[in-house]
Amino acid sequence: MRNVNAYLETDFHDHPLQRVIGRRDFLRLSGGGLVVLFTLPRLAGQVQAQGRELPEDPNAYLRIDEDGTVTCFTGKIEMGQGVITSLAQMLAEELDVPLGAVKMVMGDTAFCPWDMGTFGSRTTRFFGPALRQAGATARQALLELASEHFSLPVDDLATADGFVYLRREPSRRIAYGQLVRGKRIERRAKTEVHVKSPSQFKVMGKAVPRTDAILKVTGKAQYSADLRLPGMLYARLLRPPAHGARLVSVNTDRARSFPGAIVVEEGELVAVLHEKPDLAERALQLIEARFETPEPTVDHETIFDHLLKVARPGELVAQGGDLETGQRMASRRFRATYLNDYVAHAPIEPHAAVATVEGHRLTVWASTQTPFPLQEQIAREFGLALEDVRVITPFVGGGFGGKSANRQALEAVRLAKLTGRPVQVAWSREEEFFFDTFRPAAIVTIDAGVATDGRLCYWDYHVYYAGSRGSEHFYDIPHHRTLASGTGWQGGPGSHPFATGPWRAPANNTNTFARESHIDLMAAEIRTDPVEFRLKHLTDPRMRRLLEVAAGRFGWKSAPHPTGRGYGVACGIDSGTYVVTMVEVEVNRGTGEVKVRRALAAQDMGICVNPEGARLQMEGCTMMGLGYALTEHIRFRGGEILDRNFDTYEIARFSWLPEIDTIIVENNSLEPQGGGEPAIITVGGAVANAIFDATGVRLYRLPMTPERLKAALAEQAR
Amino acid sequence: MEERIRFRLNGQECEIQVAPDRMLLWVLRTDLGLTGTKYGCGIGICGACTVVVNGEAVRSCQTPVGAIRGKEVLTIEGLSQDGQLHPLQKAFAEHDALQCGYCTPGMIMSAYSLLRKNPHPTREEIIAWMEGNLCRCGAHPRIVRAIEHIAREGKSEGGTP
Repeated sequence: MRNVNAYLETDFHDHPLQRVIGRRDFLRLSGGGLVVLFTLPRLAGQVQAQGRELPEDPNAYLRIDEDGTVTCFTGKIEMGQGVITSLAQMLAEELDVPLGAVKMVMGDTAFCPWDMGTFGSRTTRFFGPALRQAGATARQALLELASEHFSLPVDDLATADGFVYLRREPSRRIAYGQLVRGKRIERRAKTEVHVKSPSQFKVMGKAVPRTDAILKVTGKAQYSADLRLPGMLYARLLRPPAHGARLVSVNTDRARSFPGAIVVEEGELVAVLHEKPDLAERALQLIEARFETPEPTVDHETIFDHLLKVARPGELVAQGGDLETGQRMASRRFRATYLNDYVAHAPIEPHAAVATVEGHRLTVWASTQTPFPLQEQIAREFGLALEDVRVITPFVGGGFGGKSANRQALEAVRLAKLTGRPVQVAWSREEEFFFDTFRPAAIVTIDAGVATDGRLCYWDYHVYYAGSRGSEHFYDIPHHRTLASGTGWQGGPGSHPFATGPWRAPANNTNTFARESHIDLMAAEIRTDPVEFRLKHLTDPRMRRLLEVAAGRFGWKSAPHPTGRGYGVACGIDSGTYVVTMVEVEVNRGTGEVKVRRALAAQDMGICVNPEGARLQMEGCTMMGLGYALTEHIRFRGGEILDRNFDTYEIARFSWLPEIDTIIVENNSLEPQGGGEPAIITVGGAVANAIFDATGVRLYRLPMTPERLKAALAEQAR
Repeated sequence: MEERIRFRLNGQECEIQVAPDRMLLWVLRTDLGLTGTKYGCGIGICGACTVVVNGEAVRSCQTPVGAIRGKEVLTIEGLSQDGQLHPLQKAFAEHDALQCGYCTPGMIMSAYSLLRKNPHPTREEIIAWMEGNLCRCGAHPRIVRAIEHIAREGKSEGGTP
């Protein structure tokens, strides 16, 4: 049985673009509109082992209406990353229609082609090629239809702005909508169809404003909790004080007498429903419940020892040469252990869902990154046929990997079935923190050495619990080995005291922080400038060029660290994209506070579909990254989560805003790579290295809170 | 328990029968169907629920509806006039000052109250004022730029509708 975890696991291994067989299973058109029976070249990219795949029938991706409106269907969802715009750009480009003519239908299981979920920077890399091919195929079909209409060979025709026109007489033209009017046309391709090359781009590669901006600035954009169905009840659920706590006794009498309240009790599910959400909450407060909480055995300080004790053996991720030989060559050896705490996703929109039951059919609106896996999960858990479950995804108010577990949607379904009325479950901020699937606490040990010529001669790397994504180094080191204990985010039984999950660029923040800190540490120890030291060990021309461009733009001045200036650099690779971050920090030695004055993010992401959207993501990654670098961590006692709101869980605020500069280096020789995640992976390492440059003190644990830095500075002074 | 409460909402007279100790956020979103104002933290520190009452930005999740009796409430829905976007809304859209969009109404309402008090704030004043509004996507640089744009142009009428 597939479950959402099976899909998410794939997120921890960066899959190269691969050609996979698609299946034609989403022919959903009825009535008019263009139906093209072309066979797509087999590039629709999903992971074959997952079973369901992207369809190869272009009709699954698009529809052209009589009035010329083009509808794009995608199982991807919009949570801020901007694919509502960039996917429309791709389709508009290949189909030759204005961007404004494309209407997006996203994450609706009734209309969209199956999709495993929106995560792992996969939309542009994997769905993008299939969508472009569908668009190009449909355009070819339109050309062939027009060729019959004009009785002219296809070669005499061209397309632009939703019209087919005569090359020699552009005023003679016919609109796409007219070509397909009132007819259901099924055609098979006569020729092989190719997508456009970057030099032909008119819409792709152009900076365009977000197409959802107007809805969002007017408050009209609908999120799951904004849905209002007739007769709908708002539910508040009784929650345990800690993970692992068991409900021993409960008295709902007082809640039942609250005017308008409906109380549901079924096993450990205890809920109050009301026509007003705040009144449901008030009634919930009247419930008297006793929970039995197991004695805590770990907390946020002892967790690392515990995790190491129960760690699985390391799996080999990469190796080369012979470690022992490398160790013999070393004139200096450097060993260090790097840690990071649990981190929350903390989207500003908490999880929400609305469920309604009509006969044997169920419709669910949910803030989710995984509508199709959710549909399967509901069908399985409630014994329904897949086609009787429809999941619709409104706008999602931030996800970052945290909206893949869908617990709130299952709760809504259960309560809708029990009450026979539409039910909304919208989590409070405290519930959001409690049920979050945190970025796992993780440990990295590195043992590496430098030979007398100042070159790295060996690298022995072991990551525990973070996952293997981004663990493989990209430096020129003759003897090396990379091990991962746990290649994904699931720690295994008896490890984490609560749920863990993928967090924006899963595993890679941990791995890049550790690797780039250690590289920096060694550069400093042998009195070499950290950029120079990296360049000395970089043979990959993409990374070399990127680092050189970044250093030039940032105004990096070569000197061994620490210099007192507070400059830091980190390099990384995620989702096929190369990224370099450079920052300048100011450290308050008295308070231990770190202010990032300026930050540069430089990126090589292959073909860039929407440069403005990509820059937005790079800026967002930089800001969000400052949080995990400096303040974000979950404190806990056993299964009890101590940070439950933004008062103690501190995310980046306006006053943190550095001067942010972004560079996207042109690389049209490579298909589009990931954009939503890469630029966050380097922030922790760059800031750690900058703190070292400013103070001579290195922090080995994230986040680098004022208390921790103060303690390290005091240690240094002794 | 319930009382008749009258106030002006987005330029219109509004009268509702409601318990005065209920928070304005839920009355707006549920009783009045204005869902542009968002729940984010429930303790008044994330700013997603920001609305403007008598020109002042307030956290609607912390404001009992009884406290706005006879006052003038402006929500994101009331900012556009006759289908015309308010200059701030336009600036946010044009500067890509949003990503997921969930914090956006609160951001715009906070910025609106700032510009009403101080039509030409400096960058530092903008940052200090917006400190209480959280954005997780990291749209901060663009949000500051959008507000700076209006501050420079002096386009914000800042008047109540």
